[in-house]
Amino acid sequence: MDFQIALLLGQDGITNGAIYALLALALVLVFAVTRVIFIPQGEFVAFGALTLAMMQTGIVPATVWLLVGMGVLAAVLDGGAALKSGQTRKLVGVAGWNLAYPLGLAALLMLLPLKELPMLAQVLFALAIVVPMGPLMYRLVYQPIASAPVLILLIVSVAAHVGMVGLGLLFFGAEGQRTPPFSDVRFDVGPLLVSGQTIWVIVASLALIVALYLFFERTIYGKALRATAINRTGAQLMGISPTLAGKLTFLLAAFIGALSGVLIAPITTIYYDTGFLIGLKGFVAAIIGGLASYPVAAVGAVLVGLLEAFSSFWASAYKEVIVFTLIIPVLLWRSLTSHHLEEEE
Amino acid sequence: MKLKHTLMAAIGLAFAASAVHADINVGVTVSATGPAASLGIPEKNTFALMPTTIGGEKVNYIVLDDASDTTTAVKNVRKLITENKVDVIIGSTTTPNSLAMIDVVAEAATPMISMAASARIIEPIDDKKRWVFKTPQNDAQMATAIIEHMTNNNVKTVAFIGFADAYGEGWYEQFKSVAEARKLQIVANERFNRNDTSVTGQILKIISSRPDAVLIAGSGTPAALPQKTLKERGYAGKLYQTHGVANNDFLRVCGKDCEGTFLPAGPVLVAAQLPDSNPVKKPALEYIAKYEAAHGKGSVSTFGAHAWDAGLLMAAAVPEALKKAKPGTAEFRAAMRDALENVKELPAAHGIFNMSPTDHLGFDQRARVMVEIKNGTWSLVK
Repeated sequence: MDFQIALLLGQDGITNGAIYALLALALVLVFAVTRVIFIPQGEFVAFGALTLAMMQTGIVPATVWLLVGMGVLAAVLDGGAALKSGQTRKLVGVAGWNLAYPLGLAALLMLLPLKELPMLAQVLFALAIVVPMGPLMYRLVYQPIASAPVLILLIVSVAAHVGMVGLGLLFFGAEGQRTPPFSDVRFDVGPLLVSGQTIWVIVASLALIVALYLFFERTIYGKALRATAINRTGAQLMGISPTLAGKLTFLLAAFIGALSGVLIAPITTIYYDTGFLIGLKGFVAAIIGGLASYPVAAVGAVLVGLLEAFSSFWASAYKEVIVFTLIIPVLLWRSLTSHHLEEEE
Repeated sequence: MKLKHTLMAAIGLAFAASAVHADINVGVTVSATGPAASLGIPEKNTFALMPTTIGGEKVNYIVLDDASDTTTAVKNVRKLITENKVDVIIGSTTTPNSLAMIDVVAEAATPMISMAASARIIEPIDDKKRWVFKTPQNDAQMATAIIEHMTNNNVKTVAFIGFADAYGEGWYEQFKSVAEARKLQIVANERFNRNDTSVTGQILKIISSRPDAVLIAGSGTPAALPQKTLKERGYAGKLYQTHGVANNDFLRVCGKDCEGTFLPAGPVLVAAQLPDSNPVKKPALEYIAKYEAAHGKGSVSTFGAHAWDAGLLMAAAVPEALKKAKPGTAEFRAAMRDALENVKELPAAHGIFNMSPTDHLGFDQRARVMVEIKNGTWSLVK
């Protein structure tokens, strides 16, 4: 092992770490606001990447039909409630978001020549399909049991994860997909060969982290989410709807997931079940941050990425073992240093 | 008048058939979901193309999915045997599943034809494994083909990178033992996971050991990642893959980075390029034509052909067994086993079966060819 190899491994580790950092942030956010350990986070990565890949082969991505299906279910549930209470204005909103939007999107996708669209448009369409699944998932899966104990929310998360993986196999097939890179630019920095895509990943991650910071510090919605995270009952008494907070959180989580997928699809091959492992590594990072601290989770994610890169050089057969064993000393250290908080059940 | 006769005959046959319950029931368990889905799906599709009558008897295929999971595979086999009273079991897709099924089929004295590759499924033949047959080539046969090609092309040192599971481990063992005998030096031995997003570490280590050639032992599209990383890092030596990558999705994902790669494969992969004198050509082309008629051009894979071969074996054994006993009985199952063991010179999509009491695969050199990836397609190395 010489300096050059260390540099190359470092570059690889930081690129992967940047993706893990994004997912870790999403996991911390979802847990803080809704107490859900969001296992399907990784599936949004796979769905985002594979939806883009399908569009590039000129097929209308099957995920849009999932979106339509989820929208119809949500419209029936919310529309029924609105009808009962006679709120016609709300009914229009429900129908607009849950029916008109997915169907309009599906129609648009069927009409457009997907293969010939510019890359940016394809990426935007992929996000437009996958991201709304976040709030819809919250509406259908978590909102009815929003006040359930953490353990039940976790079990439901596992169910949602298994369901999404199964749908992924149905939509995308068992084989992997790879998308062309955003740019073919390459830079020679000393001994390093830095590809344009690596820079895209790192810059996009940093930009997203800054944007999230500004969102939480400066906007009213961000502040509402923070308030809900700190004290759910208190926030509710101040007029912050927990449903809105939940939907907004899941929107952000789905956006982060789908964007991560779009970013890494040109670097690696993505399969319908790739997301779980990526999400799990993000989860290790989130645990390092105690499922509470954003900066520590981000640093932890880079650490996980680097550890992964270096262990793949020294002991490739034990790479995953090494990465996931990291969680044990971290948990020990956390349980020794932090005081224990009783769960409010 | 003629029609009337035919009708009468048909009705008569139908009555005769129902009187003795002579339907042949074939129990199938494949890994159509889970990690082995890319192998299991074409296999599952293949059963739909198999003959529905053999030797004048109706054949029912009961196809179950074991989700690439060992416990489910065993559960499926128990269900097929006790509830569906099957006469023969075909499955499963993976080696671990097939190994776990042996105890169950031996206990119920039901013959089983596996579609998994490992030689351990059928060797050594003992009281239990006498009921077990398989259709894919042994890894050792494939490893020998690779090493022959390497030594013929002046390769002295080779690096190995394989899946961190039974597939990669099994290949390394086979490859190592043959390589040592042929004085080929293995300079690096690395592992990666099917779902890895990066193999940079392993590839850097391999490149720093300066091998003449690299062998990548993975199956399906995941095997493209090490190859792409090797090219990205400027590796210029020879590249070898295993027959596990022989489907068109691999070519699609790997693209131009796979040009010039060598791999051993069943002849079905390059059936159209085989000389007409090759007895494998006809059954292989027949399978491809049937599969592509149902699933579109370019959809065929060598994995589905293993299922097809299992069907051919069964179809060859059934008429023999029917002479001795009626389907649904223990005698019929025993007769099926004996008939399978006596299959001789049966041309199939992957080779020519010559079963014997000591060899329950029955393939020889004719069951493998070396293939090069040229202009984004498979090309037979002559």
